[in-house]
Amino acid sequence: MTKMNVSLPGLEMKNPVMPASGCFGFGKEYSEFYDLSTLGAICVKAVSPMMKRGNPTPRVAETPGGMLNAIGLQNPGLEHVLANELPWLERFDVPVIVNIAGNTIEEYMHVAREVSKAPNVKAVELNISCPNVKEGGIAFGTDPNIAKELTERVKDVSGVPVYVKLSPNVTDIVSVARAVEDGGADGLSMINTLLGMRLDLQTGKPVLANETGGLSGSAIKPVAVRMIYTVSQEVGIPIIGMGGVTNADDALELILAGASAVAIGTQNFVDPFACPSIIKDLELKLEHYHVETISELSGRSWRPSLQPLTTR
Amino acid sequence: MKKVEKMTVVSHRSIAKNIYECSLSGELVELMARPGQFVHLRVSDNTIPTLRRPISICSVDHQKNAFTMVYRVEGIGTHALSQKRTGDQVDVLGPLGHGFPISGLKEKSHCLLTGGGIGVPPLYELAKQLTKQGHSVATVLGFRSKEDVFYEAEFSELGATYVATEDGTLGERGFVTDVIATNRLSGDRYYACGPRPMLRAIENNMTIPGFLSLEERMGCGVGACLACVCDVKNEEGYRKVCSDGPVFKAGEVVI
Repeated sequence: MTKMNVSLPGLEMKNPVMPASGCFGFGKEYSEFYDLSTLGAICVKAVSPMMKRGNPTPRVAETPGGMLNAIGLQNPGLEHVLANELPWLERFDVPVIVNIAGNTIEEYMHVAREVSKAPNVKAVELNISCPNVKEGGIAFGTDPNIAKELTERVKDVSGVPVYVKLSPNVTDIVSVARAVEDGGADGLSMINTLLGMRLDLQTGKPVLANETGGLSGSAIKPVAVRMIYTVSQEVGIPIIGMGGVTNADDALELILAGASAVAIGTQNFVDPFACPSIIKDLELKLEHYHVETISELSGRSWRPSLQPLTTR
Repeated sequence: MKKVEKMTVVSHRSIAKNIYECSLSGELVELMARPGQFVHLRVSDNTIPTLRRPISICSVDHQKNAFTMVYRVEGIGTHALSQKRTGDQVDVLGPLGHGFPISGLKEKSHCLLTGGGIGVPPLYELAKQLTKQGHSVATVLGFRSKEDVFYEAEFSELGATYVATEDGTLGERGFVTDVIATNRLSGDRYYACGPRPMLRAIENNMTIPGFLSLEERMGCGVGACLACVCDVKNEEGYRKVCSDGPVFKAGEVVI
């Protein structure tokens, strides 16, 4: 047990840092830069029952402090992932979380049942928050009753703990969080991207072929902090925090807000070494603030009994 | 093999309207083998702009451990890049992508190189490597206007070079395809890099085997984010411009 260990349902993590779904493929590209075993966990790209082609290009557009994407859950499908991607990841000593997308509750159940049989898959993450597909995705994440039912039915068939990735594109995120907790969710991932749009001044038309896209990057960090701060006080299940984390200070902020672990998204594109360098810097931060274990920082912002961080 | 390195600007100058030529030195140059590969540059230490900028490699000097890139200032990223001075450091990720294949040609082949606008630079290292191997090249360079033209002299040293401008202010008036048709240019193989309509026209008109280098908006540059995909002809799959390309065999992907 070191000060960086984090223990979450299904996930015994060496440290609290993982790449976020959709920002790391299935790990192969970044394995050319560093040993993936150094990560706390890996959350792979969304997997749907059948191959998904995704949206037309252009699929990305830049914004100040962030980017919009509309990939549209492109993925090679369940069978390919089971046969190729997950076995390939077995060479690394790292728990794998599979993000799941579906058009129907049955599709989510089917993928969860099958991927949770893979030896290195330690948790699934239900994607009920992708803003870039017409069916499935966010349709499940904006109605608390549907979100709860989906969680219950996936819990029935999944062999591993179930995390639910919440959308920030709702009026009341607490009610969705409570609903999935009632449905038996083992944890929450929050937040997914914020729905946004950019127009090309020369053409007067949307920059993205899909017209709208999901906003990510440091621009959304304050939204993530606020939502994690609020939800973590209302639920009893742990939160994997994400949204605009670019460095160890950002990671620490999400943890103080109430997250137990942190996922890195867009920053992987900016710096292929984002995850390992944040892990290294986080460890230095703990020394700097004289903190024994990283887990004691979770939710410290709203726990009245605890003293503020100090470098005494 | 690719890596990230803070490379040093050894020269930087404007060579045409909004076009800059920048040379960078560092160990990463050792990894640059094939013409047509690109680098992904971080132009700012803060979050504006957020993403890196893909820029093609124009020429490589292994003796000096330096490479040259030629780019057009189009937005805040390339503008920030244009402000770098000699001695400044630039965060470079690369070399990325698969470049132009130069193997498989019979001895002393003749190759036709066609570049449009900012598609011209990667053809320069290609022309150097082809001629070094004993092949001959003819190059057709297309620009909008006289003030946009660059590297005509550099290409002329390596082989016959034709310039086309849309407004006729330099070289032949019209598109690169007009120049190819008028001069009945051909060879054993063609290579092209430029805007999609140009690539489409060339692919449709040429009857010899060829390779096309594509441009697309990118997120990661290494194949993880799936921002820059293109469809494959005659099958269900897709290719990633950054990691499967940017160079594809003519006829492989939908342009």
